[in-house]
Amino acid sequence: MNAIEFILAGMLAAATPFLLAALGELVVERAGVLNLGAEGLMAFGAVLAFIIVYHGGSHLLGFVAAGLGSAALSIVFAVVAVGLRANQVATGLAIGILGQGLSALFGKTYESLTVRGLPKFAFPWLSDIPVIGHLFIQDAVVWLSLAATFAIWAMFAYTKAGLVVRAIGENPKAAHAVGYSVIAVRFAAIAFGGTMAGFAGAYASVVYTPLWADGMIAGRGWIAIALVVFGTWLTGRIFLGACLFGAVSLTGLAAQAAGLDVPSQLLASLPYLVTIIVLGIISADRRLLKLNGVASLGEPFER
Amino acid sequence: MRALFAAILPTLVRRERASLTATLLAPAVALGVATIFNLGLYVLMGRDPIAVFYAMLLEPFLSWASFSEVMLKTGPLLLIAQGLAIGFRAKVFNIGAEGQFILGAIFASAIPVWLPQATGQWIWPLMLVLGALGGASWASLTALWRVRLNANEILVSLMLSLVAAQLLNYLLLGPWKDPNGFNFPQSVMFQYDAMVPILISGTRINVSLLLTIVLSMAAWIFMQKSFSGYRLQVVGLAPRAAGYAGFNEGRAIWLSLLIGGCAAGLAGAAEVAGPLGQLQRSISTGYGYAAIIVAYLGGLHPIGIMVSALFMAALYIGGDNAMVSANLPIAAVRVFQGSLLVAYLIAVAFVRYRLEWRLSVYRSQP
Repeated sequence: MNAIEFILAGMLAAATPFLLAALGELVVERAGVLNLGAEGLMAFGAVLAFIIVYHGGSHLLGFVAAGLGSAALSIVFAVVAVGLRANQVATGLAIGILGQGLSALFGKTYESLTVRGLPKFAFPWLSDIPVIGHLFIQDAVVWLSLAATFAIWAMFAYTKAGLVVRAIGENPKAAHAVGYSVIAVRFAAIAFGGTMAGFAGAYASVVYTPLWADGMIAGRGWIAIALVVFGTWLTGRIFLGACLFGAVSLTGLAAQAAGLDVPSQLLASLPYLVTIIVLGIISADRRLLKLNGVASLGEPFER
Repeated sequence: MRALFAAILPTLVRRERASLTATLLAPAVALGVATIFNLGLYVLMGRDPIAVFYAMLLEPFLSWASFSEVMLKTGPLLLIAQGLAIGFRAKVFNIGAEGQFILGAIFASAIPVWLPQATGQWIWPLMLVLGALGGASWASLTALWRVRLNANEILVSLMLSLVAAQLLNYLLLGPWKDPNGFNFPQSVMFQYDAMVPILISGTRINVSLLLTIVLSMAAWIFMQKSFSGYRLQVVGLAPRAAGYAGFNEGRAIWLSLLIGGCAAGLAGAAEVAGPLGQLQRSISTGYGYAAIIVAYLGGLHPIGIMVSALFMAALYIGGDNAMVSANLPIAAVRVFQGSLLVAYLIAVAFVRYRLEWRLSVYRSQP
């Protein structure tokens, strides 16, 4: 397997934690709320899933527990930031620190233990194509994440629910005047975002690298938040961004396999450096950000 | 089909003015709530809550030996939080103090690592200056990205912290590793003149605590009395108005980040030239992140921050105690910190708002 095949084979799986968390954050931000707790929500989901699977639960049960647990933690964020109108930045950071702390606390006795991953399914015919065929051999969660990407795109493009969420993010006062409950929709969006972050964490801890280590989320929650900006709040671009980061995070392994003599610390910081650079490039185009950005992002709603 | 339905819903009503008592009481109430939550968690984990409470929250204050360690830990937290709070009031959210702290420690260590034989009373002061420069230069990258490229400072400063941690690893595993250090990832032990002098004999408290307190006073004067500080606050409260009045947002961002970076870098330098005496992987136990909590718990006010820094430092020492005496993982400290900030934000909401139960009528959409 050469480097290109290696990256093609692993890219989607590596992208999945970024993608799931970023899709959740996208819905939250489209509703006008900035939730900076994604890293902690992911870590919390990751530890819950790991504990369940380690004690013999199925992967499905692990994902369910991670989704519910992170959703519950994100509801705390919703109560404080949306219900009580606290500063969203401070609240998000607080929930993030709390989630990371809880994950370290619960995961303490599981440090360095491993679980079984998930089998991969090949897409008939397509997986037989040389080189790019590797793209079509993935585990069930990757396939479901692709479906989720499509579903969220369709929701925003074609459904009334998507329109309501966007209206509330653009102009909550107007949406309220028309009769929608801004608070209820924002709570629902935040709970959805929390669930997705929980799934993202679960994928990282019981499928992608099925082992527990404190701090294993390693900034992926933050990169997911950055991905929403990279994608200028558009589902398709967020998917492409997640693939880019999947590929970048594999570059380290590929470079080592190719025998390149680069310090491992440089390879480890590659995703962060790429985030900084891409964030600068995308943000510099203010027109682009304005075009698709969310007008009332981060502002508390007061009627 | 349209339907009407009504519900009695809790509604927040803004108070005419927040009372001073309530403002001062909020952190205390938050502390009480967070304590109950955490003790509940320890009970679920099968620990004795009384023993943990004693070890974690009382013991740090009960002996001079413990309390002097609390004061030692207060230094970096206080310094970083004062720097961050100035930015937070201008709505510049630098959450990368951890990285700025690490760069400060690295810059300061350059002298004893490269000149291990040097002597003279100039060494430790120069190390502190270099540390402040290191922190400020790391923060200036975030400022550049924010002002020039319009990139979100929260994300950039955090990513730079993660890069800084890798840079530290690289130095300690590579060029700066102590050749006689039995392969441990740490630098050489610093020479005597590279150490900040001890302030109170019999403890590890050094002159940098004095410096930190002086800088805290300076932060208070800057924020409450100076024109620059006033302008920063206006930029935070009403950016548009500040713009019309000719206050430049870009300058506020540069100033906020440079002050925050200097403070964090100085704290990093004081840590390696103080209690540690060498550059190690574990130079920071999350000071940069904990300082964010310290800043908010102190109400972003220089005096409040002095109290909250002391408390947060006690929590660190108490966490160490509880690890030994009650077999509690050190992660419990992080959980306590996070839940404390959540409780505080809730408490502060009730300082600003009253809860009223009101009848709401909704009409379902066609």
